Amino acid sequence: MQIVKLPKENLDKFVGSLSKFGEIHAPIKKDENTYLFSKIEDLSKIELNYNRTILPPKKYFLPPTETIFRFSPEKGYEPPKDNLNRKYVLLGVHSCDIHGLKILDLVFSGTYVDNYYFTRRKNTSIIGVSCIPDDMCFCRSMETDFVEDGFDLFLSDMDDSYLVRIATSLGDDMVRASQSLFKEVDKEDIAEYKRKSNEMKNYFKIGLELYNLPEIMDLEYESKIWGEMGEKCLSCGTCSMVCPTCYCYDVFDELNLDGKTGERRRRWDSCLFKDHALVAGGLNFRKERSSRVKNRYFHKQRGFVAQYGRPSCVGCGRCIQSCPAKVDIVEVITKIRSVDYE
Amino acid sequence: MSNYSAKSGADNIYQPSLARIVRILPQIKDHRLFELRFEDPEMRRSFTYNPGQFVELSVIGTGEAPVSISSSPTRPGVLELCVRKIGRVTEALFRLPLNSVVGLRGPYGNGFPVEAMERNNLLIVAGGLGMAPLRSLLWYVLDNRSKFKEIILMFGAKISEEMLFKFELLSLLDRTDMKCLLTVDKDEEGTWPVQVGVVTRLFDFVEIDPEITYAIVCGPPIMYKFVLEKLLERNLPKDRILMSLERRMKCGVGKCGHCSVGYKYTCIDGPIFTYWDAINLPEMI
Ligand SMILES: Cc1cc2nc3c(=O)[nH]c(=O)nc-3n(C[C@H](O)[C@H](O)[C@H](O)COP(=O)(O)OP(=O)(O)OC[C@H]3O[C@@H](n4cnc5c(N)ncnc54)[C@H](O)[C@@H]3O)c2cc1C
Ligand code: SF4
Ligand code: SF4
Ligand code: FES
Repeated sequence: MQIVKLPKENLDKFVGSLSKFGEIHAPIKKDENTYLFSKIEDLSKIELNYNRTILPPKKYFLPPTETIFRFSPEKGYEPPKDNLNRKYVLLGVHSCDIHGLKILDLVFSGTYVDNYYFTRRKNTSIIGVSCIPDDMCFCRSMETDFVEDGFDLFLSDMDDSYLVRIATSLGDDMVRASQSLFKEVDKEDIAEYKRKSNEMKNYFKIGLELYNLPEIMDLEYESKIWGEMGEKCLSCGTCSMVCPTCYCYDVFDELNLDGKTGERRRRWDSCLFKDHALVAGGLNFRKERSSRVKNRYFHKQRGFVAQYGRPSCVGCGRCIQSCPAKVDIVEVITKIRSVDYE
Repeated sequence: MSNYSAKSGADNIYQPSLARIVRILPQIKDHRLFELRFEDPEMRRSFTYNPGQFVELSVIGTGEAPVSISSSPTRPGVLELCVRKIGRVTEALFRLPLNSVVGLRGPYGNGFPVEAMERNNLLIVAGGLGMAPLRSLLWYVLDNRSKFKEIILMFGAKISEEMLFKFELLSLLDRTDMKCLLTVDKDEEGTWPVQVGVVTRLFDFVEIDPEITYAIVCGPPIMYKFVLEKLLERNLPKDRILMSLERRMKCGVGKCGHCSVGYKYTCIDGPIFTYWDAINLPEMI
């Protein structure tokens, strides 16, 4: 992969030049320790030194709610003519979140391709940025602390500059459009990059062990931990909303005031919600809260491995940070793995 | 096994195609058979399916619900859905007059492995609305009679008035190329012409060669328990017992997450699962 260097004093100029590749969205600071991806009108608002945004970038591809059809008795169902084709540049995406998008790609492709998702995906370029883990990050355990593809450019912070990995032809166009802002990588940069890279592991405060985890989860299917977590969890669904890989959605039809025409919409849903597995007539396949919490963990750490060969958690720490009941995924898995916990 | 992918709206997997209700046949209380015809002649020609597959049915203005296809692909042209009135979408469907237009997309799900089932005996066991997908299979095998060995149908209802497709099924009693066993739990008036008793009692009337038999079971949850017991007693291999599962569904295409069961999605990995699959998936039964 081609790698160049962008001195930090050139960053604003470079980012400014990106607007011809699409509307720029990047993390901004909302409050102390809260960041969010937002449309950038003022380049100085961009905050590339952030731990995690409240909502992951999935909101750009699977919006919290969207209209999938407008319907009328005469014309049936017509997709909205909204501009799915609008171009975006998403700047400042962390490695774990890029992995999150790659996981969503797996889900929304396959035999049935969701083109609401993929049209947006195709029209959005991704510029990644390196980060320093905080005490809720465990991406290293989930093997998402490094990313090989799924971005156009990736900026690695080198204090005075960024090393810029160019992964796609579009990324190359972006760099070429502002060629004079970039420099060549020299020997010292390489040494510094390696030094930083080797230090990285020291920052992690928490982690979990993936080895044999699927089997251990099968063995602990009846563990009392699920009951304990069921007691704690409030079924608020926050963990699903903030998760970069949770994709469950609900579909509902909304009538306009004329009582005839309307919209078919979808919106984020959560398997923690009580009615997620409820069928007509009142049978609920996951009536107990404990069974719903268990389902979330099993799907992420066990079921997804069976389906796609890797867990669907990327270790971003958002669910740990946002859960009002302090349900902590790392703690749960650590307990399950522990020999003493029965 | 041939697996048909969705024919409706190639680049939008959620696009319903319009279809007209051309006949409504009331069945038992709160159950009706709807005969549908696609508005688009091209869809009418190209829509093919396997027995056991389902469609997502839209009632315009109300919503969508998954419904098994009750007709057989061997009888193309019309599509029959047998629907029970139970909630918002199904109630809205029942309010629609004849000749109304609804939306359809599909066919979805794996359907029965009909090719693997050829040259075998088939034991079809149904209860209640479980007959809806099994009727598709039944007519499929009867229309391809020479490809299958013995065919046995066991179907039970509480009382005669609650038997779905009653007259159609009673007419099968005369066929010499299959064994049709119909039972009602209770027959207070003494007018039921054949067996009385729960569906599992019908096992007293059949021989099963476990080596060359596929059992196909679909019915309410409690029925599975007792029927599976009987089948295992008769040494039927667990991977020769096929069952159709029901879970809440929204998308029908493996995206929305609602129909998950253990590690699988009922809508794309199922709804037909073998009993072996079932016991290997937590949550399944
Ligand atoms: C593979 C499959 C095949 C089916 N075949 C038939 C059939 O042939 N005939 C028939 O009458 N019914 C069938 N059902 C059940 C039927 O889908 C539900 O009765 C129907 O969805 C109820 O919708 P409602 O809006 O009337 O009820 P509500 O309770 O208002 O349900 C709201 C929504 O929840 C979802 N939902 C609720 N119950 C179910 C359920 N049991 N299964 C899946 N989604 C559900 C649907 O999206 C539905 O629109 C089948 C279900 C599945 C999964
Ligand atoms: S955020 Fe916490 S309390 Fe809310 S549903 Fe998730 S685990 Fe339960
Ligand atoms: S489960 Fe929690 S830590 Fe894992 S990806 Fe989702 S929000 Fe991040
Ligand atoms: S119904 Fe949406 S995933 Fe199966």
